[in-house]
Amino acid sequence: MDMGSYIVKRILLAIPLLFVISLITFVLINLSLLDPAVVVLQAQEVPQITDELIAQTNEALGFDKPFVIQYVNWLIACMQFDFGSSYVSGEPVWSLVGPAFLNTLKLTLVSSVFIIGLSILLGVICAMREGRAVDKSVRGLSFVLTAIPSYWLAAILIWYLSVKLDLLPTSGMDSFKSYILPVIVITVSYTGIYFRTVRSSMLSNMNEDYVLYGRASGLSERKVTLHILRNSLQVAVSIFCMAIPIVLGSTVVIENVFAWPGLGRLSVRSILNRDFPIIQAYVLILAVTFVLFNTISDVINAAMNPRLRKDL
Amino acid sequence: MNIVEVKHLKVWDANTDKVIIHNSSFQVKQGSCLAIVGESGSGKSVTCRSIMRLNKPWIRLSGTILFKGEDLNQLSEQEMRRRRGKNLCMILQNGMSAFDPSCVIGVHIRETLQTHFNWNNRESERKIISAMESVMLKNPQEILNQYPHQLSGGMLQRIMIALALVLEPDLIIADEPTTALDTISQYEVVEQLIRLRERMGCSMLFISHDLGVVQKIADEVMVMKDGAIVESGDIRSVFSKPEHTYTQYLVTTRLELSNHFRKLMQEGT
Ligand SMILES: Nc1ncnc2c1ncn2[C@@H]1O[C@H](COP(=O)(O)OP(=O)(O)O)[C@@H](O)[C@H]1O
Ligand SMILES: [Mg+2]
Repeated sequence: MDMGSYIVKRILLAIPLLFVISLITFVLINLSLLDPAVVVLQAQEVPQITDELIAQTNEALGFDKPFVIQYVNWLIACMQFDFGSSYVSGEPVWSLVGPAFLNTLKLTLVSSVFIIGLSILLGVICAMREGRAVDKSVRGLSFVLTAIPSYWLAAILIWYLSVKLDLLPTSGMDSFKSYILPVIVITVSYTGIYFRTVRSSMLSNMNEDYVLYGRASGLSERKVTLHILRNSLQVAVSIFCMAIPIVLGSTVVIENVFAWPGLGRLSVRSILNRDFPIIQAYVLILAVTFVLFNTISDVINAAMNPRLRKDL
Repeated sequence: MNIVEVKHLKVWDANTDKVIIHNSSFQVKQGSCLAIVGESGSGKSVTCRSIMRLNKPWIRLSGTILFKGEDLNQLSEQEMRRRRGKNLCMILQNGMSAFDPSCVIGVHIRETLQTHFNWNNRESERKIISAMESVMLKNPQEILNQYPHQLSGGMLQRIMIALALVLEPDLIIADEPTTALDTISQYEVVEQLIRLRERMGCSMLFISHDLGVVQKIADEVMVMKDGAIVESGDIRSVFSKPEHTYTQYLVTTRLELSNHFRKLMQEGT
C-alpha cells in the first residue's frame, strides 16, 4: 500500500472514533444528577430560583429538547468551535478555552522538545554503555527523579531559585523566563520514563541478527549504530507522539502551582464552579488531541516501517 | 596448509563465570570444508563468533585463533573489521532477521561493497546482480528494492551467498544456513553453497545439525557436545565408524531422518 492511501484510510478510521468520543463526552456530562438549569442559575448567583425561572432557562438553553437533538445541535456547534457560553460569566466558551489551550500547548511543546531530546540522548548513551558506570548512574538518578512528586519539586525550585536567589519569576507567563521552571519540572517527571523506552528498544535491537550480520560484513560501527538507531526510534516515535497529548492532559498540577494561564487551571476552576460547557470543551479537546496524535504517530510509523503499511 | 587454526580455545561468560567452550582445538584446511555438528547449545555459534571476534563484550576468550598464520586476537579492532566480510564472510541461519527490516536489501549490499571496494554504485550493482543471477535469483534488480519481509527465507539465504560470491572471502562461516528453511529451499541453498565452493575454492566452516546436508558438503566433521569436541576427523570415517556414543546416536537418528527426507524428495518430484 502506498503512503497516500494509507494516510487517507487512517484518517477515515479516526472519524468514527471521534464520534464515539464526542458522544461519550456529552453523555457523561449530561448524566450529572443536577438539573442544568439550576446549575446555570446558581452559577449566575440568582438569589431566588423559581420553577418559572427554571423553565425559562431550560427553554433558552435548549435543555427541554430531546436528548438526541441536544447532542446533534451541540456536535454541529462544536465543529464550528462554538462550545456555548460559560454558565458563570456568559462569555463564549471558546474565548476562554482557546487562549488557555494555546498557553498549555506552548508549555507542552517546549517541554516535549526537552523530554524527547533528552530521552533519545540518554537512552542511546546508556544502551551503548550498558552495565557501565554511566548507565547505572543515569538509571539510578532517573529512578529517584521520576519518583519525586512534581508539586514538591516545583515548590523546592520556586523556593530556591525564585524566592531565595530571585532569579526566576514564581508564576505567570510573562517572558521566556517563566517557562524555565515549569519546563524543568515537566521534563524531569517524564524523561525518566521515556529514556528507558529508548534504552530498552536500543538494547533489544542490538541483539538482532541484522546487527551481527552488519558487523560480520565489515560495516563500520557508525553504520551499524545508525541501523540500530533507525529501528529503535521507530518504536520510540509512537511513544513520543503520545507523550505530547499525555503531557497536555496532565499539566493541571503544574499550571496551578505556577499560575500558568492554561487549560489545566481553567478546568479546575470550571469544575469547582460546575461550569459544564467549559468542562465539556476541555474533555473534548483532550480527546481529539489524543486521537490526532495517535493518527500522526501511526502515519509516521508506517512511513518508517513498510511492514506496518501492509494491513490496516 | 591451514587457513584457520584454533588452539586451546576457551570461552566463558564473565557475568556468570560459566564456561561455554572448554578447550577446543581444530583447523580448517585451505580449500576444504569443516562441518561442526552438535545439539543446540553445544557452542557451535559461539565458536563461529569467536573467530569473527563478534561475541558480546561479556563473553571472554583465551587461546589462539590463527587465520592465514596471523593471530586474530592480536589485531586492532580496525584491522579486524577490514577482514570481516572481505576475508571472513558469514552466512546466518535466519535470512529474515539478518537484514535491517526497515531498509531494502540493496542498502546492506551497497554499504558492504562500499566498505570493501572502491567501486561506484553502478559497478557494485552490476557485480551483485550477476552474482544474484548465478545463484538462481530471478529479477535481481527488483529484489534489491524489496524489503526483507517481502522475500522468502531461501531467497534471503541466496542473497547472502551472492554477496559472498562478490566479496570472494578466504573463509566462509555458514551458521546453520539451512535450518530455518523448508526442504526444497534447503536443497537449493545447499546446491548453491557447493557451487560457491567449487567456483571460488574457498574454505568453509559449515554448522548444521542435519547430517544429510553435512555429508553432501563437508570434507571433515567435528562433533560438539556441551562445549567440547567429542569426535572429529574425515567425514566418511566418522560417519561409518562413529566412536563416541553421542556421534553414534546422531548417526542412527540421522538415518531415520534421511529416509524421511528421501521419501519427501520422491514425493516432490
Ligand atoms: N550472548 C551470550 N551470553 C551468554 N551466554 C551465551 C551467549 N550466547 C551463547 N551463550 C551460551 O553459550 C552456549 C552455546 O550457545 P551457542 O553457541 O549459541 O549454541 P549452538 O551450538 O546452538 O549454536 C549456550 O549454553 C548459551 O547459553
Ligand atoms: Mg547456533
